[in-house]
Amino acid sequence: MAVRSVRRVVAGIAATALSASVLAACGSGSGGKASLNWYINPDGQVTLNKLAKDCSTDDYNIKIQLLPASATDQRTQLARRLAAKDSSTDLMSLDPVFVPEFANAKWLLPFEGEVADRVLDGVLDAPADIVQWDDKVVAAPQWANTQVLWYRKSLAEKAGLDMTQPVTWDQVIKAAADNGGTVGVQANKYEAYVVWINALIQGAGGNILDPATVEKGRDAKVTINSAAGKDAAAVIRELARSKAAQPDFSTSNEGTSLGSMFPAKGPGEFMTNWTFVYGNYKGLIGKPGGPKDEEGFGDLGWARYPQTVEGEESKPPIGGIEIGVGAYTKHPKFAQEAALCVTSDEAQSALAVNESFAPTRASVYDAPAVKKVFPADLLTLFRDSIDTGGPRPKSAYYSQISSAIQSRWHSPTSVGPGTPKKSASFLTAILKGKALL
Amino acid sequence: MTTYVQTAADDPDTAPRPPDSDRTRAENNLARKLVAPALILMLLVTAFPMLRALYLSMFDYSLTAPDDKEFVGFQNYATALSDWLFWRDTLTTVFIMIVTVAFELVIGFAFAMVMHKVIFARGVIRTSILIPYGVITVVSGFAWQFAFSYQNGFVNSWLPFIDTDFNWFAERNSSLIAIMASEIWKTTPFMSLLLLAGLAQVSNDMLEAAKVDGATWWQRLYKVILPNMRAAIMVAVLFRALDAYRIFDNIFVMTAGANKTESISFLTYRQVIEQFQLGIGSALSVLLFLSVLVVAFVIVKLFKVDLADARQEN
Repeated sequence: MAVRSVRRVVAGIAATALSASVLAACGSGSGGKASLNWYINPDGQVTLNKLAKDCSTDDYNIKIQLLPASATDQRTQLARRLAAKDSSTDLMSLDPVFVPEFANAKWLLPFEGEVADRVLDGVLDAPADIVQWDDKVVAAPQWANTQVLWYRKSLAEKAGLDMTQPVTWDQVIKAAADNGGTVGVQANKYEAYVVWINALIQGAGGNILDPATVEKGRDAKVTINSAAGKDAAAVIRELARSKAAQPDFSTSNEGTSLGSMFPAKGPGEFMTNWTFVYGNYKGLIGKPGGPKDEEGFGDLGWARYPQTVEGEESKPPIGGIEIGVGAYTKHPKFAQEAALCVTSDEAQSALAVNESFAPTRASVYDAPAVKKVFPADLLTLFRDSIDTGGPRPKSAYYSQISSAIQSRWHSPTSVGPGTPKKSASFLTAILKGKALL
Repeated sequence: MTTYVQTAADDPDTAPRPPDSDRTRAENNLARKLVAPALILMLLVTAFPMLRALYLSMFDYSLTAPDDKEFVGFQNYATALSDWLFWRDTLTTVFIMIVTVAFELVIGFAFAMVMHKVIFARGVIRTSILIPYGVITVVSGFAWQFAFSYQNGFVNSWLPFIDTDFNWFAERNSSLIAIMASEIWKTTPFMSLLLLAGLAQVSNDMLEAAKVDGATWWQRLYKVILPNMRAAIMVAVLFRALDAYRIFDNIFVMTAGANKTESISFLTYRQVIEQFQLGIGSALSVLLFLSVLVVAFVIVKLFKVDLADARQEN
């Protein structure tokens, strides 16, 4: 009797636990309404939450799920879910470099036919290129990021630099060094350093991998050991040896050089950095780290990304967020509809106004609300940079490519004419699976 | 740890064996049936992943390029073994293993003596010595990371010969010291627990006899206590060495493998989890498994550990 009652209790507990978990699985949709999970990264949460609410319909609710802050962790978490064919990953915010990886693994549900046309309708060239893999549209561009050259007008004037014309890295470094200023870049051992290297190489007309074979994965041709690769190495070397290099040059990131623009002492800096810089300094007027007053803020200038080689148009870096639909979602139609909604003109305009994220559609740049947030010439600069920017290698092995470059180009103080060759042979070995990273 | 059930067949004293009675046979039958489900479950959860890793290690296989999966034989092993990174990480791991186990052995023995001899507040003292072992390794890693931090830690201000703004995590040696400190703090109690069991085995009669013969405290320690608990010491060293060889959590939390502080487990983790390279990652995990076997073999042979002796079967 005792044994039987124990058994009954155990069975009861098991049944309760089981039904609870089943209920939890079903309970996400209220009253039979579908529920879509949207995995977002922590940037711009307030607006994204509002978008999720506004884009929910009578058929489905969009629920926000927060990913970790670091890009590596975001990628691993999504990949683990998708590799296990998780049907509850409906929508996800993707970094541009994750798109080829995920698409090649068939983790993204492609947009087809008329829906694909709507995704790409009016989208600028570089972001449109990012979301296409194997002739299919695999994600929807939500917002774009790009780097421009931020500088102090007074510093450029003192150096006699004509900023209405394209400037070169060499001019910028010399102008800063000769006038007590510095040059801010991102050269820590992380992704943004590869962004810099890639932009330098593309600005000299080259590529890390041959664009014609880059999508072939392991069989891509490594072309970093070229004249363009050497030009890029020369720029890094010049800055590393210049007085204009900042003290934390080899561990610098997007945040470290912000403080050198309006320092307590000295003429400020030239800095290549993303679009958030404008909103950052605007919010810091009269505060530590920011300009003293409106007039000081007026001294902040912006220009197109510097040229690696004089006369050759620069290729500004491209970033941003693309919305992918999980390949194993239970509600493919709803998810794609939702993806279109959160990347619509209105959504992009809201992201630009509230979060200072640059739109991917040309038409949104003309929206009155967006025009109020940014000066007209800055908006034009953003749009042109995004339209003519240079993407990072579009490869399913991008994360390995990036790590391989980092391991041979860091520390930037050790970069020299031999670096492109060294990194080319290592990158080839990595792609062929003949070396460990 | 596997438990060992002594059966009639293992007992050398009963040879030649009398034929089993019906009852014994029936009991054995029942025992087999009772053990079978657990055995099958064990095979499923341990043997299957191991065989799967062995299988995957023969492929060039990236999770993000499933179509490019290709059989490459032992290529992944050749790649790993011919790469300096693998050997550098192995050396780092062996270094961490030797240093931490040596420190744990000495401190652990002292703690075991305290726990053994203490006459007042026995429970409180024993419990407080064991507390670090109950702390989750990741928590211990974070705690020590904060302790060693030059911004808000206390280690720099406690150590007179260290600058207050010395960054422990800026270079290899100091990072390794921080990692090993956390590892030692966390696992010394385990060591002392195993040694306490050994101490309890040393017969009081022998100690009293030695005392009567005029042996000093040191002589009693070296001539009586240590030789009599040798087996327990070796088992403790073996367990801790195998554990230490697989160190991961502290490195993950404190340096994430920066400044060449990566262990072999961490290297494997990066290949599989971060880079999705299932082929080379599986090969590395097989190599990790084999090297753990080698470490175990070396310790058993080098110190002539007799596991049966430790169980007091001889």
